[in-house]
Amino acid sequence: MSPQIGALFVQVAYIAASAAFILGLRGLTKPDTARRGMQLAAAGMLLAIIGTLLNHEIITYEFIIIGLVVGSAIGLPMGLLVPMTAMPQRIAVSHMFGALAVTLVGIAEFLHYRDVPGGPGAVKMVALGFETIFGALTITGSFMAFGKLQGFISGKPITFPGQKIINAAIFVGAIGLWIYLIATQSGGPGAGADNGVLLFGLMTLLALVIGVTLVLPIGGADMPVVVSLLNSYAGLAASATGFAIGNNILIVAGALDGASGFILSILMSKAMNRSFANVLFGAFGGEKAAASVKSAEGLTTRSISAEDAAMRIGYARNVIVIPGYGMAVAQAQHAVRELAELIEKRGGRVRFAIHPVAGRMPGHMNVLLAEANVPYDHLFDLEEINEEFRSCDVALVIGANDVTNPAAKSDPASPIYGMPILNVQDAEQVIVVKRGMATGFAGIENELFYLEKTSMLFGDAKGVLSQVVSEIKGL
Amino acid sequence: MISAVATALGAATVAITLLSGGFTAAESASASGTLIDAQIVEVYVFLLAAFTGFQIITKVPPLLHTPLMAATNAISAISLVASLVIAGAERPFYINVMGAVAVAAATINVVGGFVITDRMLKMFKKTEAPK
Repeated sequence: MSPQIGALFVQVAYIAASAAFILGLRGLTKPDTARRGMQLAAAGMLLAIIGTLLNHEIITYEFIIIGLVVGSAIGLPMGLLVPMTAMPQRIAVSHMFGALAVTLVGIAEFLHYRDVPGGPGAVKMVALGFETIFGALTITGSFMAFGKLQGFISGKPITFPGQKIINAAIFVGAIGLWIYLIATQSGGPGAGADNGVLLFGLMTLLALVIGVTLVLPIGGADMPVVVSLLNSYAGLAASATGFAIGNNILIVAGALDGASGFILSILMSKAMNRSFANVLFGAFGGEKAAASVKSAEGLTTRSISAEDAAMRIGYARNVIVIPGYGMAVAQAQHAVRELAELIEKRGGRVRFAIHPVAGRMPGHMNVLLAEANVPYDHLFDLEEINEEFRSCDVALVIGANDVTNPAAKSDPASPIYGMPILNVQDAEQVIVVKRGMATGFAGIENELFYLEKTSMLFGDAKGVLSQVVSEIKGL
Repeated sequence: MISAVATALGAATVAITLLSGGFTAAESASASGTLIDAQIVEVYVFLLAAFTGFQIITKVPPLLHTPLMAATNAISAISLVASLVIAGAERPFYINVMGAVAVAAATINVVGGFVITDRMLKMFKKTEAPK
């Protein structure tokens, strides 16, 4: 094949792949078309890879084959075997691998330009620097998020005095080096003969440190924002790679990924009542206003047994289940599905109300319930279902806390005031399944638990719900 | 309406990609004369792709947000394409090794990402019609 025809084939393959990616994502707008869409995107990916292997620059295949074999040997079991309950960790670690690839490409390209007369030039240096800084901080940031989700790094926010100033200083240092490199590596006199490699290495190192310090102060329930934000960074770094090496498909795919992470970050920050600027500068998870937290003194809760709960749920016509992270921890999704099926068999209606930040990543609850065979037309978003609580007999809260706290609406002094919540308090009666009276992530008392209509069913969600199921069967 | 806009933007992206493919070729042919043109076109590509992505992804229901993350992650592992060149081009040994590591990392995401997305999407089922 002549070089021209080869180059044309590569370009056509890339264009087809870009179209496949966009159409694939469009498939994801509906559950029925989602699978076919992603298969199309995968086919586009395959085409782009084959096209690249025909690239005339490639002269040796040993390293490529080693990389492909090792990557497949790790990637395939990760795709096939990771349980759905470990999905947040899985997503975090995949951002790490994506960023690692991008960062290595950035470093390799920078080193390559040392041997090219004139160097990378200012424009390419902007892209290379962006790619390497955002890639490197995503590597360590995602690793930290992975550690916190997997549990080998404490899920509690880790803070120390002066943290923000130190973080800012490191960030400014990395950006300063980047700007210096843009000025000196642009092919002017003396370019390529200075200490560029050292400075580039230092910049990469600082970016790696930023990733750690960025995620360190962030607690478990803020993870949906962090994971979305790292998703966006990984995408933007991939896009910058496209600018650095003049490859459009990288720009397109990276922009799609960046946009997706960006949108999810905005949605998550809205659902958590954080301003977007707060999220963008990674200042989340910092100090929490310890404003007038209402104490629970003098308030009492009503505790009920599984038998009582079975009576109430068993004869209910209209039940709304509110799952939260507690359901994921207790792995109670199968027991929940069993309960829902039983209620339906008895002629009741069961729907699931899913808050955007329930769980540890966007859509966490939906995936768990889908895995437990709950049909997706039973799952409703906050806006879709919030008016329905008024007409429901029993609202069953399973391991959710802050997202049901009426103080978000009624108490301007509350730290979560203004956060969109599920209107669980509008239901005729509320049953809360919970391990104990510990507060949720925001560290505040939930007024819902002290209402007249609320009954607390204490215990491990999985065990307690199985008990309720067998009690209902005996009714 | 929004879907029409998204489709139009998508088509424009593809068209611009095609155009700038020509520019990139021209860039390697002549020296630096067309360089800035190529960079400007790349900015267009980025902007149009980002807008297209924005239009489409805002319509993805929260139901599918986890598969969306897995999917976009798999798609952005297209950086494999850049890694392949670094692993296989005529470069010093240590750069080829870095390329091989990059290829492995990106392949993990391509293979693992598409497999796990499909596994998740397979689970989303509607209520079966009553018999």
